[in-house]
Amino acid sequence: MATYQLNVNGERREVTVDPSTPLLWVLREELNMTGTKYGCGISACGACTVHVAGVATRSCMLPVSLVGERPVVTIEAIGKDPVGRAVQDAWVEKDVVQCGYCQSGQIMSAVALLKHTPKPTDTNIEESMGGNICRCGTYVRIREAIKTAAQRLQ
Amino acid sequence: MRSLILRNRVAGLFVSASFCAFGTWIIVSGALGQARDPSRSAASRAQGVTAWEQVYSVLTHARCINCHTATNYPQQGDDRQRHFANVVRGAEGKGVPGLNCASCHQETNADSTGVPGGHNWHLAPLSMRWQDLNDKPLSSAAVCRALTDRSKNHNLDGPGLLKHHEEEALVQWAWQPGRRPDGTMRTLPPLTHEEFVAATRRWVEAGTPCPTRR
Repeated sequence: MATYQLNVNGERREVTVDPSTPLLWVLREELNMTGTKYGCGISACGACTVHVAGVATRSCMLPVSLVGERPVVTIEAIGKDPVGRAVQDAWVEKDVVQCGYCQSGQIMSAVALLKHTPKPTDTNIEESMGGNICRCGTYVRIREAIKTAAQRLQ
Repeated sequence: MRSLILRNRVAGLFVSASFCAFGTWIIVSGALGQARDPSRSAASRAQGVTAWEQVYSVLTHARCINCHTATNYPQQGDDRQRHFANVVRGAEGKGVPGLNCASCHQETNADSTGVPGGHNWHLAPLSMRWQDLNDKPLSSAAVCRALTDRSKNHNLDGPGLLKHHEEEALVQWAWQPGRRPDGTMRTLPPLTHEEFVAATRRWVEAGTPCPTRR
């Protein structure tokens, strides 16, 4: 066991866990932040996506020992960010969500996309969101919502 | 008196110039003599090509060639399968926003989860592709030509290539590739890093010769 000082959503959080513990389980089990979901556990589905130093990161495969000083932002705080707010509003407007399990990861990846590519093409969206799987098949609405958010942010 | 000093200075200059000319003749004639020795030159080239083939055996190992693709995606595993999760190259070889290499690959290997990592994890540029579009490794001669083409290799000369093989973090990673997700160790290239650097040095010292066959 080791103690880590994490910067999560702008707050300093101390956890004492095994160094190999994935960030996902630190968030969910130690910090009770259950908005970030466990999907596949091997970085294949994107449900566990959070931002680490601004990079959309698969928290299920990131040992907490490798987080270091880098700030972590989760779905619980992304709405405080202007881009995050626009994406969440567009998600509601387009009624994207069906079962909802993958959507926190979808939103985190969409925000990362729009922060780097304010006017994404269909190809940009397909490539950037290609690692986020939705079993309900909401991909068409996800694309519409990303374009709506992009327009609102112009 | 002044004319005597001037004459001595002129004589001194002449003597100095003669020494320089003689020295230059010694050096140039020696070099030409070496170049004119065809058996020695051929031996050096043959040794260089032999060293290159050792280098090539490493470059085409999965730990290296998986990130020297000709396609829009990296590969993974010893069977060099397409990288899972729809990972794509991106404009800078680092993936795309939302799905960067750094979305999973950290500064070091994560052995507890089986994700390899190293500093500045990225794909090699397309100019340094060592495969064709069918994921088949290019020939030894083709890879050698690409590697020594300074318009393709970030303008590296022989010593620059040696330094790259010796010091680049992602090159060194190939010999510290960490564990797979199932806990077993990833395989290593056929030479040790020291042997790889030594082979590169022999190849560079021989003038980076490439095999002549296509």
